[in-house]
Amino acid sequence: MNNSLVVVVIASGVLFGTPLLYAALGELLAERSGVLNLGVEGMMLMGAVTGFWTVERVHAARPLVLAAAVGVAALAGAAMAAIHAFLVITLRANQIVSGLALTIFAGAAGLSSYLGNDLHLSGKPARYQFQEIFPKSLRDLPIVGPVIFGQPLLVYASWACVVLVALYLSRTRVGLNVRAVGESPAAADAMGVSVPRYRYAHTLVGGAFAGIGGATFSLSITPQWVDGLTEGAGWIAIALVIFSFWRPTLCLVGAYFFGAFKALPFALQGHGVTVAPELFQTLPYVATIIALVLVSSRAARLRFGAPAALGLPYAREER
Amino acid sequence: MRIERRLRQPWWLTIVVPVLSIVVAFVLSAFVLLLTGHPPLRSFHRLFDAAFTGNGALSESVVSATPLAFTGLAAAVAFRMNLFNIGGEGQLYAGAIMGATAGLLLAGSPSPLIFAAMIAAGAVGGALLAAIPAILRAFFSTNEIITSLMLNYVVGLVLEYLIFDSHSYLRDTSGFEANVFPQGKTLPDEATWSSWNIHGLVLPLGFVLSIAVAGFVWVLYSRTRFGFEVQVIGDSVRAGRYAGMRTRRKILAVMCLSGAIAGLGGASQTGDFRHQLDPRGLRSANYGYTGIVIAALARYNPFAVVLVALLLGGLQNAGFTLQGADFPAGLVGVMQGLILFCALGGELFVRYRVRFAW
Repeated sequence: MNNSLVVVVIASGVLFGTPLLYAALGELLAERSGVLNLGVEGMMLMGAVTGFWTVERVHAARPLVLAAAVGVAALAGAAMAAIHAFLVITLRANQIVSGLALTIFAGAAGLSSYLGNDLHLSGKPARYQFQEIFPKSLRDLPIVGPVIFGQPLLVYASWACVVLVALYLSRTRVGLNVRAVGESPAAADAMGVSVPRYRYAHTLVGGAFAGIGGATFSLSITPQWVDGLTEGAGWIAIALVIFSFWRPTLCLVGAYFFGAFKALPFALQGHGVTVAPELFQTLPYVATIIALVLVSSRAARLRFGAPAALGLPYAREER
Repeated sequence: MRIERRLRQPWWLTIVVPVLSIVVAFVLSAFVLLLTGHPPLRSFHRLFDAAFTGNGALSESVVSATPLAFTGLAAAVAFRMNLFNIGGEGQLYAGAIMGATAGLLLAGSPSPLIFAAMIAAGAVGGALLAAIPAILRAFFSTNEIITSLMLNYVVGLVLEYLIFDSHSYLRDTSGFEANVFPQGKTLPDEATWSSWNIHGLVLPLGFVLSIAVAGFVWVLYSRTRFGFEVQVIGDSVRAGRYAGMRTRRKILAVMCLSGAIAGLGGASQTGDFRHQLDPRGLRSANYGYTGIVIAALARYNPFAVVLVALLLGGLQNAGFTLQGADFPAGLVGVMQGLILFCALGGELFVRYRVRFAW
């Protein structure tokens, strides 16, 4: 039963959706504060390559190495986000072009590939990787075994992040300030909330999440480093934020939905269906387009729109 | 420190700032090289030599610059209207597919006819693909950045399907070797685009075509009513609508024009250089994304796009020639990203005056 197509697709959909979930949560935080960061793909790849590098070079106990790798990946993602934050918050550059520049700078043909080649990381399996943490008896339970108990630690950590981000935004004073900064920076400023400080903080944390999302690829899903291994996941994460209506809990649902699409071609191959894997691999991308069209209807946008100040620079003297 | 908006932008700033941005970007790249243990000056010297001054290097750089000029123009045309067509990559693939099909179908016809057909087919291919995000944007207000980008992956996979996983018309199925190592069918000799040799500098038809397209775009955007309306809508959609401009039609027209130009780049890839549909080569070159860098650096000016394409094409060509243990792949992307960051940051000094007050 646990080998049936549906169970396999759902179980690996949860795993494949996890990097999307991390990246989307990070992007959601940045966007809620009014900063659109299109550099997610680049930040994820930097997280993936630096996380993998840590696992290759640090010699210590397995849990320590993996924790260090996730930390380094988060730092790398935050460092990339800092470039974007400086350009768009301090220098008031166009957020769209700056985010694209970040993806070009750090992405599949940029810094991540440079580091991967220069440090000779590609083409070998990770020395350590995240593995299932529950005992085999639990993992063999029908259906819930593979879907819920058969996941690596990063999946469970992402669930905690969803809850934390949701509570933070909707139930804390600081979260309320974040939403104010994203909806009406002038009003927030008048309230005494520092708009640049909030935007910097959330863009950086968003970058850290994207970095962890990238490390999920190189330390758990693939687990190795190849140039451009995220294959557009960063972009799907940005789309995910849009059709989760900027709500963390819906991000979770959306991420697994797309994870399942990503998992489907592999699962089908495992079941002996071998017609044109390329065409099946287009599924997550086509599904993204369709889902995006569905949520961009006028009614949906009015009810659950984007943060009102998303993408706009804020300068106190130009109100 | 105080930042004030400039009321007038001195014209010389629009030249000095981009040039300085490139200089700063090179300094930052030198740091990246130093940090990873490569000698920066020697690397830059080799880079420059392989890009421009070496034997035949300039002609090679023109070859690399040709697709970039097309994708750069494609991005510039759309970005002018604040329409972020990130799909140049996929539209270029679509142009390559259609161009190669036209070239193969018309085997045996006179060359000028084949050239014209390939050019037309490439433009139509790119425009058709761009029409998808255009229609979604115009009628459903769907974010064109995401949709055009997703189509890049879709068309990229279709490209691989056509050559590696099907027995399509475009795949070479003659002989044993072609079945083991799948590749595109080679175009007939009469479908090889002409080129001109001027004192040792080889100018391919595609590059000449890109200059013609730049001229066309310049006239369209600065000398016609259409171009004026596009820029008004780009500055303020609402103002355009109140003035009675048809914004939906403009979105469709500009996206399709942008896609058509990127598609020409694809047709030129098959006609000028590759002479077959080559998925791996096209997908690894990142022409579409580099085109965005070029358009932004050129501040969307079509003639500047061609110049910047030559500069970045030179970089790309040099990076490709030198790629190896002491010259890791990816360096060129790093430099392109840094150039773009610096140009973006430099924009502040064009638009604002920075005063240091104590």
